[in-house]
Amino acid sequence: MRSIDGAVLDLKRLDLLATGDSIIHRLDARAKVITTLFFIVMVVSYKRYALAELTPFLFFPVITLALSNLPISYILKKIAAILPLALFVGLFNPLFDRETQVLLGPVAISGGWISLISIMGRSALTVGSAFILIATTGFIAVCHALNRLGMPRVFTIQLLFLYRYIFVLTEEATRTTRARELRACGKKGLGFSSFGPLIGHLLIRTWARAERIHMAMVVRGFSGEFHSRQINRFGHKEYLYVIGWSLVFIILRTEDITRIVGAAFTGIFS
Amino acid sequence: MSHHIVEVKNLKHVYADGTIALKDLSFTIHHGESVAIIGANGAGKSTLLLHLNGYLAPTVGEVRIGGFPLTPETLPEIRRTVGMVFQDPDDQLFMPTVYEDVAFGPCNLGLPEEEVRQRVGEALEKVGAGHLAQKPPYHLSGGEKKRVAIATVLSMSPDILVMDEPTNGLDPFSRRQLIGLLKDFHHTRIFTSHDLDMVIELCERTIVLHQGEVKADGPTVAIFNNAQLLAECRLEKPLSMQGCPICGRS
Ligand SMILES: Nc1ncnc2c1ncn2[C@@H]1O[C@H](COP(=O)(O)OP(=O)(O)O)[C@@H](O)[C@H]1O
Ligand SMILES: [Mg+2]
Repeated sequence: MRSIDGAVLDLKRLDLLATGDSIIHRLDARAKVITTLFFIVMVVSYKRYALAELTPFLFFPVITLALSNLPISYILKKIAAILPLALFVGLFNPLFDRETQVLLGPVAISGGWISLISIMGRSALTVGSAFILIATTGFIAVCHALNRLGMPRVFTIQLLFLYRYIFVLTEEATRTTRARELRACGKKGLGFSSFGPLIGHLLIRTWARAERIHMAMVVRGFSGEFHSRQINRFGHKEYLYVIGWSLVFIILRTEDITRIVGAAFTGIFS
Repeated sequence: MSHHIVEVKNLKHVYADGTIALKDLSFTIHHGESVAIIGANGAGKSTLLLHLNGYLAPTVGEVRIGGFPLTPETLPEIRRTVGMVFQDPDDQLFMPTVYEDVAFGPCNLGLPEEEVRQRVGEALEKVGAGHLAQKPPYHLSGGEKKRVAIATVLSMSPDILVMDEPTNGLDPFSRRQLIGLLKDFHHTRIFTSHDLDMVIELCERTIVLHQGEVKADGPTVAIFNNAQLLAECRLEKPLSMQGCPICGRS
């Protein structure tokens, strides 16, 4: 359970980073949400063998990271943590897809390997940009932005509560399993028979706790509306940010920049 | 609402599972009073408190705050008037930072940004937690959490402060600190507690609950001197009123 607990604490850490201050932090959440969503759509829309075409897209996360004062190693670690998952998704591609796609001198690289690497690259890009979005904006503000961009309110509230109760659930889970492990006296657990009651107990406790938290929110005037203290102004800077990046993404997507640059180089040298 | 009177009339509460938590409670608490509600575990103290700002609705009877009954129209104002601090601060602190947690109430009141900031600053200053503003609540010590939890309701400038077992789980130093803080408040104050020594220091009046009923209601000292009453309600004279266990002198 420690790993779940750690992961959730990390979510909290992301949220905490969002209270920082930088050019990116100060942008209206909507601008960041639109841009990031657009970025993700663009990256995902590439065909399975896309690899070189993806590299220029690194600009977006790298530049926002540089402008946002976030601890870079931390974000990199977060991204690295999800890569095994992507690896798992694309694991069998090299086995099934053996057709040669690229010849690097004498080495023939099959389509399977390329698509595997492409999947991992795209995962790193999309998840990385999503992390950066939350770490510069905060989960609650992202939800608000989605709401103001047209996501139904019911979903927003659900999302916010889900987020809130993930913490509750894991805290309760950590406590319950700790108690269970201690009583197991170092043995490898008490067997499966104690799991059923354990889960039932956990659900009841989580429910009770969630109710108490809801109570604490209600008595402080909560009426289904989460307020975030982010300033909401969609000004010149926001327009510039959204339009600027969108143009970059569209150009990258439609023109094959790497090939053009490559051609320019070979043109110079020949 | 100039007079922050809390009136409870013939209050009865039955939980959904059939538990009769409160039988027939009546009392009035006046402006500026500091009142303790004591009683054994399960006596109904927490249930009673949850009626004071309308989280629970009476099965029978009525609760009035400042002369107003609890209705959907008066509820928002009553929730602002009655600041409620829960027993477990972990339930009360749920935002990513202390600042945002203390700002949660004022934001719900729809106050402008500038005023929210001012209120948060004042509330945190008041409980001596100004330096914690940017910290995440889950990293605080027990005493700090408690003080921040108090700040989260102070920021709504309540007239009545209601606290469920405020000193529960605090170390002696944090407990002292908290008692000192609560002494300074001039709100109408209602506490539940098992910490009877704290009750002596903070409350001139005590209401004793026993199995959902008011068993006694009067000056704290008189109640604590009534040994028979205390025994009947599964309570014990506070240590500070008992003789010294070593030399026997009081
Ligand atoms: N949500 C609930 N559902 C059913 N019974 C409850 C609930 N909460 C409390 N009770 C019962 O109501 C009685 C009073 O509880 P409570 O007000 O929490 O007592 P106290 O705070 O004095 O210890 C107890 O018998 C308790 O078991
Ligand atoms: Mg209680």
